[in-house]
Amino acid sequence: MLHIKCPHCGMRSQNEFSYGGDASVKRPELGKDISDQDWNNFVYNRKSLRGKHWELWQHLAGCRQWIKVERDTGSHEIFKTLKAEEEIS
Amino acid sequence: MQKYSVFSLIKNALSNHENWDLAWKDPTPKKEYDVVIIGGGGHGLATAYYLAKEHNITNVAIIEKGWIGGGNVGRNTTIIRSNYMYDENALFSEFGMNLWRKMSQDLNYNVMFSPRGIINLAHSDAQMNVYARRGNSMRLNGIDAVLLNREQVKEIIPMADFSENVRFPIFGGLMQPSAGTARHDAVAWGYARQADSMGVDIIQNCEVIGFDVSAGKIKGIRTSRGEIKAKKIGLCVAGSTNILAEKLNMTLPIETHLLQACVSEPVKPVLDNVVTFGAGHFYISQSDKGEMVMGGDLDGYNSYAQRGNLPTLQHVLTEGIAMMPFLSKLKMLRTWGGIMDMSMDGSPIIDKTHIEGLYLNCGWCYGGFKATPASGWTFAHTIAQDRVHELNAGYSLNRFNTGHLLDEKGLGTKTWIS
Repeated sequence: MLHIKCPHCGMRSQNEFSYGGDASVKRPELGKDISDQDWNNFVYNRKSLRGKHWELWQHLAGCRQWIKVERDTGSHEIFKTLKAEEEIS
Repeated sequence: MQKYSVFSLIKNALSNHENWDLAWKDPTPKKEYDVVIIGGGGHGLATAYYLAKEHNITNVAIIEKGWIGGGNVGRNTTIIRSNYMYDENALFSEFGMNLWRKMSQDLNYNVMFSPRGIINLAHSDAQMNVYARRGNSMRLNGIDAVLLNREQVKEIIPMADFSENVRFPIFGGLMQPSAGTARHDAVAWGYARQADSMGVDIIQNCEVIGFDVSAGKIKGIRTSRGEIKAKKIGLCVAGSTNILAEKLNMTLPIETHLLQACVSEPVKPVLDNVVTFGAGHFYISQSDKGEMVMGGDLDGYNSYAQRGNLPTLQHVLTEGIAMMPFLSKLKMLRTWGGIMDMSMDGSPIIDKTHIEGLYLNCGWCYGGFKATPASGWTFAHTIAQDRVHELNAGYSLNRFNTGHLLDEKGLGTKTWIS
């Protein structure tokens, strides 16, 4: 089982969390001209590589906050967690 | 090639089975091929076989990083079905069913295809209505479908929980009697043996390191065993699709996820169909050895680990026990995981790409095994003719751009939608 350190609540087990996908995906800015390809990249296209991966999780059965988690998709090791508003450095 | 038959069995028994030919060779890669298929799984091997058989293209190599049949074709729950509502999926899968029915004869290899029927259980009136609609759609496409009421289901699978005071009572089910299971490894080995006999080079322990693309055309690949030139290259690498796509600077509507399955200890025959739980995601059948073969949801997060975590397994088996309480008495024999190429609408991609001579076969999600023959057949056609066949026209890569999604179940990478 994964153990994820929620930046708000501390170390909790995977059961309390729901997965939200790649955290590096940026929604195209509102009010700007966006090509279909930009939208396609935002909605569907993902790198999904092996190795370190920043991803969104929601602490659904806890504080209900969205958080960012840096996890290795090969080994499942978790390196770092951030609050949703914190930038990935 | 030595033909497998009862006579060859008897003949070889006289020499203590020490003189059987090798089922396939272990060739050194040539400098150049007409077609290179990357990925020696079920789909890749089937593609090579149909390239040789249907299109007379035999200067073909299959490049496999590990050993053939060592990925998802060797670790699935072996279910074969065509119980789809959308025309694209139904016609494609039913075409595959016809290939399954004659596969053992076609390949001279017993794939133990067992059309034992699949039953999707319904747990509400609304779900019965949905199943009636799907069943009607299937019949319009020439696929057998039978809507069963509660009593009929009870007759076929008496060991399911038919008590009335349960969270998900059984209202009935939709059955496809011609669906079934097959011996998964035999499918890979059967295709490999026939492809090899027609001149295809099966090259194992050969990792693709990079691609040579110039002026928008594919020229060849760089591998751990040297450079190989090819006019056409087909990608059939399932869970490794994203890794190879990155080497081509392509970003695909695919995420790589982890899917677990498990088998119980072997018991006497108790279940002679494939059964799926209608109020969640759980499927079960009994192998010829007597093991209960079970599976369900993805673990839910991107993974290349090929091993799962317990919370998902517990969730899946809770559904199983709700459906068939006797399962709680069984010991678990083995659990395992594989990595799935999950597409964003839950349907596969078999298409050309923007690079001339590069073809893509991926996005099989939960249902790659049953698609093996139809996928190989249509992918071979797409490569040989440089155009998609009408059977795989719906599986285009561009559908995500144009919005023509094939969201049969709409699951894709998001397990929580179910």
